[in-house]
Amino acid sequence: MTSMILNGERRAVRAAAETPLLYVLREEFGLNAAKFGCGLGQCGACTVVIDGEAVFSCITPVMLAENRQVTTLEGLGTAEAPGPLQRAFIDAQAAQCGYCIPGMMMRAHALLARDPDASDAAIRAELEPHLCRCGTHMRILRAIRLAADAMRPRSTAEAGR
Amino acid sequence: MTLSRRAVLAGTGALVLAFSLLPARAQTETGKGEGPRRRGLPGSLDDTPRLDAWIRVAPDGAVTVLTGKAELGQGLKTALLQIAAEELKLPLARLSLVTADTGRTADEGYTAASHSVQDSGTAIRHAAAQVRALLIGEAARRLDVPAERLRVRDGAVLGPGGARIGYGDLVSDALLTAEAQPTSPLTPAAEFAVIGRPVPRIDIPAKVTGGTAYLQDLRPPGLLHARVVRPPSYGAVLTQVDAAAVERLPGVIAVVRDGTFLGVVAEGEWTAIQAMRRLAASARWRETAILPDAADLPDALRALPSRDSTILERGAPGAAGTIVEGTFTRPYLAHGSIGPSCAIAEWTDGGATVWTHSQGVFPLRRALAGLLHLPEDKVRCIHAEGAGCYGQNGADDVAADAALLARAVPGRPVRVQWMREQEHAWEPFGPGMVASVRAAVTPDGRVADWTHEVWSQSHMMRPGPPGALLAAREIAEPFPPAPPVALAQPEGGGDRNAIPLYAFPTAKIVHHFLPDMPLRGSSMRSLGGYLNVLAIESTVDDLARAAGWDPVAFRLRHLTDARASAVVEAAAQRFGWGRGAPRAGRGFAFARYKNLEAYCAVAVEITVDRETGQVGIERVVAAVDTGEVVNPDGVANQIEGGLLQATSWTLFERVAFDRTRVASVDWSAYPILRFSAVPRSVEVHIVAQPDQPFLGVAEAAQGPAGAALANAIRDATGRRLRDLPLTAGKIKAALGA
Amino acid sequence: MGLGVVGIAAAGAALAAAWRSEIAPVPPPAPASFDPALVRRGADLALIGDCRTCHTAPNGAAFAGGLPLPTPFGTLYSTNITPDPETGIGRWSQAAFARALRDGVDREGRHLYPAFPYDHYSATTDDDVRALYAFFMSRPAVSAPPPPNELPFPLTIRLTLAGWKLLFLRPKNLAPDPAKDEVWHRGRYLVEGLGHCGACHSPRNLLGAEITSRAYQGGEAEGWRAYALGAASRSPVPWDEAALMQYLRDGFHPLHGVARGPMAPVVENLAEVPREEVAAMARYLASLGAGPRGEAAATPSLVPASAPGQAPQAAGAQAAIPAAGTDLYAAACTACHEGGRPPPFGGISLALSTAISDESPRNLVNLILEGLPVRGGTAQPIMPGFGAVLTDAQVASLAADLRRRFGGGLPWPDLDSAIREARAARRLAARPAAAMTR
Ligand code: FES
Ligand code: FES
Repeated sequence: MTSMILNGERRAVRAAAETPLLYVLREEFGLNAAKFGCGLGQCGACTVVIDGEAVFSCITPVMLAENRQVTTLEGLGTAEAPGPLQRAFIDAQAAQCGYCIPGMMMRAHALLARDPDASDAAIRAELEPHLCRCGTHMRILRAIRLAADAMRPRSTAEAGR
Repeated sequence: MTLSRRAVLAGTGALVLAFSLLPARAQTETGKGEGPRRRGLPGSLDDTPRLDAWIRVAPDGAVTVLTGKAELGQGLKTALLQIAAEELKLPLARLSLVTADTGRTADEGYTAASHSVQDSGTAIRHAAAQVRALLIGEAARRLDVPAERLRVRDGAVLGPGGARIGYGDLVSDALLTAEAQPTSPLTPAAEFAVIGRPVPRIDIPAKVTGGTAYLQDLRPPGLLHARVVRPPSYGAVLTQVDAAAVERLPGVIAVVRDGTFLGVVAEGEWTAIQAMRRLAASARWRETAILPDAADLPDALRALPSRDSTILERGAPGAAGTIVEGTFTRPYLAHGSIGPSCAIAEWTDGGATVWTHSQGVFPLRRALAGLLHLPEDKVRCIHAEGAGCYGQNGADDVAADAALLARAVPGRPVRVQWMREQEHAWEPFGPGMVASVRAAVTPDGRVADWTHEVWSQSHMMRPGPPGALLAAREIAEPFPPAPPVALAQPEGGGDRNAIPLYAFPTAKIVHHFLPDMPLRGSSMRSLGGYLNVLAIESTVDDLARAAGWDPVAFRLRHLTDARASAVVEAAAQRFGWGRGAPRAGRGFAFARYKNLEAYCAVAVEITVDRETGQVGIERVVAAVDTGEVVNPDGVANQIEGGLLQATSWTLFERVAFDRTRVASVDWSAYPILRFSAVPRSVEVHIVAQPDQPFLGVAEAAQGPAGAALANAIRDATGRRLRDLPLTAGKIKAALGA
Repeated sequence: MGLGVVGIAAAGAALAAAWRSEIAPVPPPAPASFDPALVRRGADLALIGDCRTCHTAPNGAAFAGGLPLPTPFGTLYSTNITPDPETGIGRWSQAAFARALRDGVDREGRHLYPAFPYDHYSATTDDDVRALYAFFMSRPAVSAPPPPNELPFPLTIRLTLAGWKLLFLRPKNLAPDPAKDEVWHRGRYLVEGLGHCGACHSPRNLLGAEITSRAYQGGEAEGWRAYALGAASRSPVPWDEAALMQYLRDGFHPLHGVARGPMAPVVENLAEVPREEVAAMARYLASLGAGPRGEAAATPSLVPASAPGQAPQAAGAQAAIPAAGTDLYAAACTACHEGGRPPPFGGISLALSTAISDESPRNLVNLILEGLPVRGGTAQPIMPGFGAVLTDAQVASLAADLRRRFGGGLPWPDLDSAIREARAARRLAARPAAAMTR
C-alpha cells in the first residue's frame, strides 16, 4: 500500500511496491498524460514531477512516491480551464502528434517553478533528456518561453529585460 | 545465400520460393487512385460518391463530417473541419468529425503520401458545397422562393422577410443519399472566412491537458493487457519456451503460442510486462545469420538482383563539360515513433473489432480477415490516434498481435503495446538506398548532361496481403510474405523525385528496383525522395561551384516553372542569401515534392566545431508553396517538423545491425536529434497561391532540408560528403587536422 | 593543510632563486609555416594529452580555456592555448612552449599550478614538443581572457609553486627496460607522459602531489574515483591487454562497462588517435599486472549467465527476470542491467561492476544520483539518474544492497559521507558548468 499526494489529493494504491509509477498513474488512477515511450529513461515521455523534481515515472517504483507530492500534467489545469503552461502550449500550437508533449511540459513546469527567469539556453539544456520525433522543438521552446513570461510577476519580467 | 535469406525472412524454411517470382504490382502509395477516374468526380468522391458518406445532418441540426483518412498528428482533423465549415457556413465548433472506421466511413486507402487534404479535403469540400445547395434547394421548395434569393448562415437557410429554416428541419431521409455531381457551387477563395485562417487545432487542448487523446488512452470496460515476445532476429524460430510456468503467475490469463508467435495476456499492464520478460527469458530460438555486412551496405544493395527501368530519357547523353559525379548512400532509417505501437482488439460473436493507429484501416481489415480466416465483414477496424508514425511503423503489426491474442480471451478487449526494443527492432525501416549521379556543366554555366541511377528495395510493404503482418509470418501456418511493390512514376517509390525539376537538355534516370529485402522495410516519409533530392541538390551545388556560379542563381536559370522560381527566390530573399559573410557554411536546396506536390526551398547557415566536427545550426529559412492553404499555421508546423526531422536523419541516424540481429534497439543505440542540436532559429514563409488546388505538404521539407544541410557542410568543410549520416566524426575527418 | 601551505610559502620565500626569467615574445608564426604532417602528428599527441578536454569551456571555442577545475585548494580556470597574441599563446616561441609543457613555467616566467600535469608532460620528447607546438600554432586564434582563479592566499602567490616543485617535481625515470619490447616502451612513454594516467589514477598527498610510491593504486578526479590500475585493481574480471585496448579505443568493454565521468572525454580523444598508439598504451597498462581481487574473482561463477557475450537476448526480446533483491533494484535497475540489450547501450550485469566492488562507494553513488546523462545526438549509453527521487537513506540502502549482492566485499563504512559529498558536488558541478557531462 502506497500513499501519495497526487495533484494535491491524498491517494492510496495497492499496487506492488516495485510497480513503476507510470503504470499506477495510468491504470489505477486512470490518468492519461504520462506516456509510455521507452521504459528505459531515454525519452522523457513519462515525466512527472515529484516534490518539485522532474522524474521518469517509467523507472520510478511507486514505493518512492510514498508521502510525496506527485504532479502530473492533469494537475496543471484542464482543457476547459488550462493552466498558464497549458495555455502557452495551446497558443503556440506546440504539438504535432503531441505524444512527447506532456513529458516536456512537466520538466518545463519543474524548471520554471525553480527558476522563473530561466534563460532560453537553460530551457534548451534542461530539455536535453526529452525526445520529440515530430520535430516540434521550436514550438516547444516558444511555448515554454511564452509561459515563463506570462507566469513571471510583471516586475521581474521587466527587470529581466 | 540469397535463397536462404528469402526463405528465412519468410519465417520458415522451404516456403517462399515464390517470393520474387511474383510480378511487382504497380500501385500508388495511398492504395487508391490507380487507373483513370471512374466517375470523374473530385477527390475521393470518385470512389465514394454518396454525399452522406461524407456529410450527415441530424434532425436536430447536428452535422457530422466523415473521412476515411486518419489524424496522424498532422492536424488533419482541423483542416478537414475548416473545409467543411467553410462550405456549410457553420462555426467549426458545431461540427463533429468521424475519422477512418471500416464500419462508418468511406474507404480512402492509406493516409499517406501527403494526399489527405487533396483526396479527402477535396471530397469533403465538394460534398459540403453540394449539401449546402441541396439544403438551399429544399428551403426554396418549401418557401417557394427562387434559390438565388436564399442565403445560408450559422446552420440555417435565410429567406426574404426573416424566413429562417435550420438545416435539421430541412434534412429528410432521402435528401443526402444522393450521389455527388461533377461540379459544385464552391465558395470562391475571396469569400473564405475559415479556410486560409490559422485556426487552432482541435486536438491540441486534450493533448496538453491529459485528456483522452490517443489509442493508448482508451480503456474499454474489462480491458486486459498483453505483450508479445518477438524473436531476437529476422527469421528466428522459437524452439522452446516454458509457457506453463508463466501461465501460473498471478494475474496472467493466457499464454498464446502459435508457431513462433508468442504472447501473454494479463490483468494489468505491469503484470503483462513481467510475464513477457519471464517468457522471453525461458524462450530458446534458432537464429540464422542472414543480414548483409552493415559496413558494405551500399555495395551489398547494388549487388542484389534488380528490375531496372529507365524512368526518363531525354536528349543525347554524353555532352561535354566539367564532370561532377558521386554516389550518395543512406542507411536504413527508423520511423522511431515516440510512442511504441499499440492496438486494442476485442473478439465477439465470431468477429473482431480492432482499434488501431494504422494508416489504412480498410487494407488492414483485409489483412486481418485473411490472417484470422474470417470474412471481411466480420472484422472492423477503427482508427484512433497514436504517436506520430511518419509512414508505416509497427501499427499494423501490433493490430495483428492484438487480434490473435484477443481470440484467446473472447469477450474481453485486449490492449497490446510494443516495448521500445520491439519497435526499434521490428518496425519496417525506411530502406537503405544508393543514388549515383553523374553530370556535366558547360563553361557558361549550363548543365549539359545528367545521369541519375537509384537502387532501392520497395518502399511500400503495407498490408493488404496478410503476409505483410509480422504475426502472420510467425504463426505455425504462416502466410507468404507480401510481394514487393514497386510504386509507379510519377509519384514513384525509391525513385521518387529522382527526375529533377530542372530543365536539363539531356537526362537519363534509371531505377534499379530491388525485389529482395535485406532488412524489413516500408514507407517512411518522402520515401526515396529524401535521398534523391539530396543527391540532385548536392550535385547541382557542385556544378554551380564548378562553373563559378552562385548556387541560387544557378538553380534559377535552370528552372522553368514559375512557382518553383518564386519559392527559390522567396527563400533566398528572406534568408539574405549572398549578403554578409557566412559563419562557417551556408547551404541552399530546393525541390517540388514528387514533382507534383508542394514546392519547398530551404537555406541553412551552420557553424562547425573544427575539433569535434559538430554542426551547430544557426538559422534555417524555408519557403513553401502548397497551393491553396487551408491552415497556414498547420502548414508552418508541418514544414518545421519536416525540417527538424530531416536534420536528425541527415546528421545522426542509422539502423545498426550485425549479420544476425538489428542492434540499434533503443534511443541509446539509435540517436536522434536532441535539443542541443536544434537550430537557433527556424523561419517558414508561405508563398500564397489562393485559387490553386491544395498540394500535399507533409513531406515537402525533408529532401530540401537534408540537401541544404549537406550543402552547408560542403561549404564549411570544402569536402562533399555523400554517405549519410553526416556525423561529427565524418565532418571532422573531412576537415583534416 | 594550513601548516603545509605555510611551509610551502616559507620554502617559496626562501627560494628567490626559483625566479624564472621571461622568454622574449615572438611574432605569431604563420600557420602555413608548419609542415602539415607535423601538425597532424601534433593533433594526435594533443588528443593523447587531453589538451582540448581541459582547455575548452563548455560550449566554448576549442582550446580557448576557461574550464573551471575544482581542486581541493580552490577553483582554477584553464588558460587559452590558441595562438591569440593577447589572450593566448600567440607570442610564445617554441622554447617558451616547451618550458611551459615540461617545467610548468609560462612565457613570462610565472610558475603554473600543477593542475596542469607538467609532472607528466616533462617526459615529452623534443620531437613531440615540436609537433604539439605546430599543432597549437595552426589552430584558429580565439580572443578569450580566462577568468581569474579562485584561490586562497598564499596560493595566489605563484612563487609558492616553486617550493611545491622542489618538493615533488621529479623527472620521469623512463630508462629502457631490456626485457620489454618496443611497443611497451612506446606505451610507457605515452601513459607516463602525455597521457598522464597517473594524474587521476594515483593517490595524491595533502599538498596535491601524486604519491609516487603508490602509483596507480587509485585516485580521484572531479568527484569520481579513478580506479586502481594494475596490481591494485579491484575489477571483478581482471583486465588484460585486449580488454584495455577495447576499452580505451571504444569507450567500453562488455565485461567492464563504459567509461564515464572524467574518463569519458579521455576515451573520446583516444578514439581518434592511431590504433597503434592506443595498443601501445594498452600493452604497458596490462604489464602493470592484474589485481589479486581481480584474479580471485575471475571465476566463471561470478560472471552471470546473462553476461554479455554469452548469448544475450537482444533485438526486441526484453528478457530480464528480476533477480531476487530489493524492490528498488527490481524496479529501477533490471530493465537495463538485466534487460539483455548488449553493452555499451544496455547496462552491464552489476556483478561485473567495479563501481560496486571498489573500496570506495563514491562512483556507485555518483552513478545512482546522476546516471549517465545524454549528450546530444551520438550513440551512447544513457542511464537516468535517480538523485531527484531517492532520499539519501534510499540511496544508501540501494548501494548497500548492491554491494552485498554483487560486490563480494565488506560493507562500505563511509557510505553516508560519500552520499553527502556527492550531493554537495552535484550542486557544485551544476553551478557554473557541469564539466563531466560536457
Ligand atoms: S518512457 Fe520513461 S523515459 Fe521514456
Ligand atoms: S509532437 Fe510528436 S513526438 Fe513530439
